[in-house]
Amino acid sequence: MRLKLHIWRQKNANDGGSFATYARDDVSPDMSFLEMLDVLNEELIESGEEPVAFDHDCREGICGSCGVMINGSAHGPESGTATCQLHMRKFRDGDEIRVEPFRSRAFPILKDLVVDRSPFDEIIGAGGYISVNTGSAPEANLIPVPRDDAERAMDAAECIGCGACVAQCPNGAAQLFTSAKISHLAELPQGRPERFARATKMVEVMESYFGSCTNFAECEAVCPKGISIDFIAQMNREYLRSRFK
Amino acid sequence: MSWIGKTYGSALGKKAAMALSGLLLVGFVLGHMAGNLKAFLGAEKYNGYADWLREMGSPLLPHNGALWIARVVLLGAVLVHIHSAWSLTRLSRKARPKRYYTLTAQQATYASRTMRWGGVIILLFVLYHLAHFTWGMSWAHPDFEPGNVHRNFVEGFRVWWVVAIYVVAQVALGFHLFHGFWSAFQTLGLNHERVNAWRRPLALSIALVVSLGNISLAVSVLMGWVS
Repeated sequence: MRLKLHIWRQKNANDGGSFATYARDDVSPDMSFLEMLDVLNEELIESGEEPVAFDHDCREGICGSCGVMINGSAHGPESGTATCQLHMRKFRDGDEIRVEPFRSRAFPILKDLVVDRSPFDEIIGAGGYISVNTGSAPEANLIPVPRDDAERAMDAAECIGCGACVAQCPNGAAQLFTSAKISHLAELPQGRPERFARATKMVEVMESYFGSCTNFAECEAVCPKGISIDFIAQMNREYLRSRFK
Repeated sequence: MSWIGKTYGSALGKKAAMALSGLLLVGFVLGHMAGNLKAFLGAEKYNGYADWLREMGSPLLPHNGALWIARVVLLGAVLVHIHSAWSLTRLSRKARPKRYYTLTAQQATYASRTMRWGGVIILLFVLYHLAHFTWGMSWAHPDFEPGNVHRNFVEGFRVWWVVAIYVVAQVALGFHLFHGFWSAFQTLGLNHERVNAWRRPLALSIALVVSLGNISLAVSVLMGWVS
């Protein structure tokens, strides 16, 4: 496949950055998007140029490390996948592809396509856990969990924290991520004692970094795990109820 | 009272305030449209309805009492709606200082993407509408006769460009209601698998009923069906 890539290049956090264009003429349709970048980087290194920096780790869509904007869509044109699961056969011969980093005030660009997503860690640190006494693990079946609750909790827990929701949101809001984390614990008996304090604190940190939701549902469309905006409604309910506690 | 201030201080609290004030205003536009359909029943019924609005709540409330209470509550709702929208928009603008070269729309509806400017259009229209039929300002309604509601209504819609303004504004209102009403459910956390499927159709019905109802009034006068 012949492709023309426009990739955002930025030396460091303080550099202004700009797009660089790379013509490719031997891209295999069986490559993943990241493998295609790997091959580009090999050639850049051989010719003495700086390789394109991008985040990646598991390359099977479960770690949440990778993630770039491809032609204006977080994780690219295919739905329900992370960037690492996108294959070049999804593009056509002769396509021009524009690759940009996730843009948000909360996610400063460190280099090229690599952004710092640590505000997500701060949101988790504010309440995305349960407080338990340490000691030997309790017998798992001592606390019955209704099947539907368990299913909903698992649906929310699928969130891998990649940041695509923030990246795609025209408001730069982190509602989908935060709501998945709040809902996941609010659905389970172990998470319920702290549910309202958790909602208050996590929302507070979220709002100190991110924009405000307008229910566009763009986040849901690009989420590699298909997290539903129903969880955003659930977070709103948890938060509003916490105001009456 | 401090919890109200604290809640409104948060973005989610502002969204809730926007949703609640919006729902109140949805109730108003529905009632306003339904009441004005009395214009089809003739001058006597229509003017009688206008008089009733002034005597509403009598004898508990004085003349115009309920009307003024409604006006104050509606003005409050409009101010809350605008203030929350304004500050949340600023928050969102700040959240992405550097824009994308391209950001491809995924599944956001046209209605959702035009909420902010649509809201501005509706605000300007409401001011024009008040100047036209409530204050009867001479630039907006040269033939205004205070108290003669039916005559003002008929004379007001004899001008084609006035009707055009109303039609455009009602289309904007329809889009605003379609996204806003659905969005209020999300914002207030009112979702349940049994109701979720009804939220979109309900929002669409309200949007259609309000805008088509209002448009039918203005157009009927222009076409000479109501006089």
